[in-house]
Amino acid sequence: MSKALLYDSTVCIGCKQCEQACATQNNLPYDDAIAAEEFQSAHKLTNILTRGDKFMRRLCMNCNDPSCASVCPVGALKKTALGPVTYDPAKCMGCRYCMVACPFSVPKYEWGKLFPKVQKCVMCPDRVAQGKQTACAEICPTGATKFGERDELIAEARQRIHDNPGKYVDHIYGLEEVGGTSVLLLSAVPFETFGYRTNISKDPLPMLTYQVLSHIPDFVPLGGMVLGGVWWITHRREEVALAEGRSPVTKKNGGKR
Amino acid sequence: MSRPTFRFTFWKLVFLFLIAAGLYATVIRFTQGLGASTNLSDKFPWGIWVSFDVLCGVMLAAGGFTLTATVHILNIKRMHSIIRPTILTAFLGYVLVCFALMYDLGKPYNIWHPLIMRNPHSVMFEVAYCVMLYTTVLALEFSPIVLERFNLQKPLKVIRTILIPLVILGVILSTLHQSSLGTLYLIVPEKLHPFWYSPLLPVFFFVSAIAVGLAMTIFESSLSAKHFGLELELPVLQELGRVLVVVLGVYGILRFEDLANRHALKLAFQRSYETGFFWLEISLALVLPIILLVQRRVRSNPKGLYFAAVLVVLGFITNRMNVSITGFEGSTGVRYFPKWTELAVTGMIIAAGFALFGLAVKYLPIFPEHEFASEPVAETASAPAELPVLEHAGD
Repeated sequence: MSKALLYDSTVCIGCKQCEQACATQNNLPYDDAIAAEEFQSAHKLTNILTRGDKFMRRLCMNCNDPSCASVCPVGALKKTALGPVTYDPAKCMGCRYCMVACPFSVPKYEWGKLFPKVQKCVMCPDRVAQGKQTACAEICPTGATKFGERDELIAEARQRIHDNPGKYVDHIYGLEEVGGTSVLLLSAVPFETFGYRTNISKDPLPMLTYQVLSHIPDFVPLGGMVLGGVWWITHRREEVALAEGRSPVTKKNGGKR
Repeated sequence: MSRPTFRFTFWKLVFLFLIAAGLYATVIRFTQGLGASTNLSDKFPWGIWVSFDVLCGVMLAAGGFTLTATVHILNIKRMHSIIRPTILTAFLGYVLVCFALMYDLGKPYNIWHPLIMRNPHSVMFEVAYCVMLYTTVLALEFSPIVLERFNLQKPLKVIRTILIPLVILGVILSTLHQSSLGTLYLIVPEKLHPFWYSPLLPVFFFVSAIAVGLAMTIFESSLSAKHFGLELELPVLQELGRVLVVVLGVYGILRFEDLANRHALKLAFQRSYETGFFWLEISLALVLPIILLVQRRVRSNPKGLYFAAVLVVLGFITNRMNVSITGFEGSTGVRYFPKWTELAVTGMIIAAGFALFGLAVKYLPIFPEHEFASEPVAETASAPAELPVLEHAGD
């Protein structure tokens, strides 16, 4: 049901056409200077890294259970059933918690603008909803970036690793990381080479905050009862004093008189 | 202290300088954006406008819920004499936090969005709601002071009737968002340094908020006594000092148990950038104040008590800065230091806090000697040790 992208770095030739197609799709500028930038930014949502004769692509992983969507106080970021994690700039108030929370540090900000937006790859949600491929997968001349059903792509990735012993690192990045992502990566060299962290949790991170937050509805009436109860008990002395016709003064002053 | 003519004293000059620099920085922030006015970047998206203005701001205003709970819920009436300045501090604190947020938010005109666009899975959403509601509660808790000033008896009566439910609501809301500011960071286990990342972050933030609430009450009462020429409520503050040691002790034990359980304690004895900041925080917030405050000699000395309270405040400011800045520098590979504009805005907000406190004290019945007879309980309670014999001589 859910769509995904499979990027096989051994097939990639580093032509960067995906970068250009992405810029066009998202109405962002693209020229030789931007092509040379090896990091994601508010104007470059995906990039091809080169280390010797090896390539690797970086983009938003579009997590199955995304931290960014979980932390967004206004729900500007959302995981769609089809796979893309979308962003609605009209809702965003610019708290940038998504940037802090993202385990891959993907969301970028338009720091230079007076009315800034968060920018990240949103996996071409309009195209995907129309049953089309993402812009990057469509343009890819070698099939290094492939669009399809997540389950089928996982099976295919396993098959590729199985059929080519020694060619790949025996790991599909994104299969289990933070509970799985809609972007899956295959590599011939360790993922750390390209800055992908491999010490990452296998569980979705939003549970870490939600298991605390989910107790709040229970806590409120309980806290109210306890505090109200303490108030009721601590003020009993005064009630007794009033009933006995004495003025409700503190013990200290009462003792002195 | 009211002088008939306006004179430039040292502090007034400092104040004017801070306001001027802050206003200039404000112009830069709102004409050129966050990029030009901060040292923030894609790698380091939160700076001191979050760390100090929000995290520390909310923490420094914690005296409000700590003391209202003590006086109204625990019914410890002798603390009543210092409740008004404490509520004033808290109310100003929260107003300034909301004000500061307008600088940090990329699109401040959307600040109201959480009201209608709700994401109950977001800690930030919960914090936004709690801060909004608690600021309202504080405004109501503060309102009797204004109502008394203008002798508006009817609304005063309404507030008195709902005071206890209001206090209870305030304590619940404070418990929730003071701890939630720690919960914010639970989602970044791999990014935050192990000195500061802990599943107990919400507990640490809450317990330290109580400690800082007590310390701020001592700090602001001592400062007011000196500045406005009032008599220091020493017996009350001494007692707060005693409670403060216990809270610090509890916090210290929790903190070190947690470090040991997470096998992070050994890191504290290895040389690193973070180790220095960790021990700075621990020394200021725990070691020095505990050593000072366990001694009766220090507790009964106004200067000693004041000094210890300042240490606690500085210590936990360091803690919040460590959690939100130092702890991220390793994983992001960025050394963040605020731009002058960031410092100027924060400086202006602190200056505004002091100035507004001064104005409120000047024009409103904040300190007990101004208190009206309409609150008899407070009168009896505010006079422990020295004067009660005389005051009640005619009873």
